[in-house]
Amino acid sequence: MIERASGLGPDATPEYRELIERWEAKAERTPPRRDKGSGAVDRTISDVPLKTLYGPDDVAHIDLTRDLGVPGEFPYTRGIHPTMYRSRLWTMRQFAGFGNAKQTNERYHFLLSQGQAGLSVAFDMPTLMGYDSDSPKALGEVGKCGVAIDSVRDMETLFDGIDLGEITTSMTINGPAAIALAQYIVTAENKGIPRAKLGGTLQADILKEYIAQKEWIFPPRPHVRIIIDMMEFCTREMPRWNTISVSGYHIREAGSTAAQELAFTLADGFAYVEGAIARGMNVDDFAPRLSFFFNSHSDFFEEIAKFRAARRIYARRMRDQYGAKDPRSWQLRFHTQTAGCSATAQQPENNIVRVAFEAMAAVLGGTQSLHTNSMDEVLALPTEKSVEIALRTQQVLAYETGVTSVADPLGGSYFVEALTDEIERQALEYFDRIAEFGGMVQAVEAGFPQREIADASYRYQRSIESGDRVIVGVNAFEKPDEVQSPDLLKIGVEIERGQARSVQDVRAGRDAAAVEASLAALKRVCQSDANVMPALIECVRAVATEGEIVDAMVEVFGRYTEQTQF
Amino acid sequence: MATTTTKPQTPARPLRVIVAKAGLDGHDRGAKVIARALRDAGMEVIYTGLFQTPEQIVQTAIQEDADGIGLSILSGAHMTLFPLVVEQLKLQGVGDIVFFGGGTIPNDDAAELKRLGVREIFTPGAPLSNIITFVERECGKRRELEG
Repeated sequence: MIERASGLGPDATPEYRELIERWEAKAERTPPRRDKGSGAVDRTISDVPLKTLYGPDDVAHIDLTRDLGVPGEFPYTRGIHPTMYRSRLWTMRQFAGFGNAKQTNERYHFLLSQGQAGLSVAFDMPTLMGYDSDSPKALGEVGKCGVAIDSVRDMETLFDGIDLGEITTSMTINGPAAIALAQYIVTAENKGIPRAKLGGTLQADILKEYIAQKEWIFPPRPHVRIIIDMMEFCTREMPRWNTISVSGYHIREAGSTAAQELAFTLADGFAYVEGAIARGMNVDDFAPRLSFFFNSHSDFFEEIAKFRAARRIYARRMRDQYGAKDPRSWQLRFHTQTAGCSATAQQPENNIVRVAFEAMAAVLGGTQSLHTNSMDEVLALPTEKSVEIALRTQQVLAYETGVTSVADPLGGSYFVEALTDEIERQALEYFDRIAEFGGMVQAVEAGFPQREIADASYRYQRSIESGDRVIVGVNAFEKPDEVQSPDLLKIGVEIERGQARSVQDVRAGRDAAAVEASLAALKRVCQSDANVMPALIECVRAVATEGEIVDAMVEVFGRYTEQTQF
Repeated sequence: MATTTTKPQTPARPLRVIVAKAGLDGHDRGAKVIARALRDAGMEVIYTGLFQTPEQIVQTAIQEDADGIGLSILSGAHMTLFPLVVEQLKLQGVGDIVFFGGGTIPNDDAAELKRLGVREIFTPGAPLSNIITFVERECGKRRELEG
């Protein structure tokens, strides 16, 4: 179907009008493709309808000053820095962690020696869920998806030989984020580095755990309280620390559309902003240190539009709804990771190519930092070789392709501007539906975003199943006799046994009375309205393990269980 | 736990399948998609929800009189948790329940799991139609044997 696609603006000259009419006539006569995969050419991967051609009337409603502005100016649609990558490249930050702290420390030294600028810690499942490595719940999971950190002793090993006053560290942890922060503070303290000098980011976005990633500990409300406690603490004591990285990445990985990723992520972010304001904090005291984390999926232009729409929505809402006056509070800064869910186990080398396109979309969308996935991550943790290729992909992008030379090079594209508007419109529509629940915490408790995502993910799978969409190597261009590379990183059971022994040694070698006292004090603080951070730091100083600290808090807050739906 | 009813069936009782998540792995996208696909194919599907132990999964299968169990693991713990479910099936005397699974599982691990008694392992990208065909065929065979 060919629609009147290209646009006849009100000011079209007769010559242009004639051109357009001729194009339409030709387009009408041109038979569309009918091959496999052509069923979805008229929509994005998120089912946003697409025209064949975009033109002036698709952007006629856009006011240059109000809607686009210039890079570095409200509403930041075109980027948060005036000269973007001419002044500063994005931070190439590869997420890494596996096995025990010693192994991961070695990988960090390797990445730093290869030109990486910051560290990013991946924790294993037991650490993310608040269990020590010797817990029966941890069986088979220790060191598998990331590094096992049971106590401050492991944290010290993790950063051995790394100057915490110089490096910035991003930690992807949510449920026990406050504990990880306390461990990081005490690790630095033991090396003589004051917490005020520490730079980095905690993910600490608990709402998206209930929505998508499912690594929660406590029910939503006490969890949100702990996060606001951290925001308050960092605002007061850690000027270089970014408290929250509000994350859409996992929402997208769980199967959401681009607009859902955008809407639910921003709604989560606004819930924290509202919580902090309700706590009595001044929005301009904390907002400049909020950051976001998005997915870059395979639909190139849709992703670019999503990033641009994100900045515009955020800036307007921060200024107009929350009364932020500091321009830094209006700027949505974000980290991007290429889409793990777009990678295929079949012909994994193809993932290198997917990652390159996705990374380019992130850069054209104005990202501040980037993780490029390794080709083998769909099968196992990445090998050193595949991590190196992923990092080199960013370096080629930064230094060879020329995309860094011009700020927002796609700004003004009829298509990109129209798509940016459409994604924004869909996100705002979701805000209205969330408001009907009384806010994001309530919407999450009611399972609303969870249902929307599950529906979208099933629709997407169906479109692949039907052949409307082609995934190269999966439902087209398959290699039936493909042999999988044996060169995969495997974490053996000896890691689990070693880590379990090591946490037991730590428990045996400390002042048990001091641990008990610190945990009792923590429980009292949890029962009160006081900020939990100082009490957590005391527990960590006493070398209480993560599992012990979490158990103490669970006594007060309880553990969350999900209402299952599919 | 969520149980769903399905469209009316032919006289035979529809196949019943447990879709399970074990350990600490929260990646439930695949499990939910498979659960819906099996339901849409006319089966009764019981999704266990997250964080189940091998004992709980097998118990659920027995209580629900299930023909099959599909276990999804994307956390890397597959070599621990799949064999534990196999062991539980034997221990509880229901070794004939069709036990299959999926996730981020390298080929050589999948081969080893099949040797240990997991009937089939589906990896990312496996067509839903293949999974449905497998479950219908294998669970159907079990029904015939049951009489």
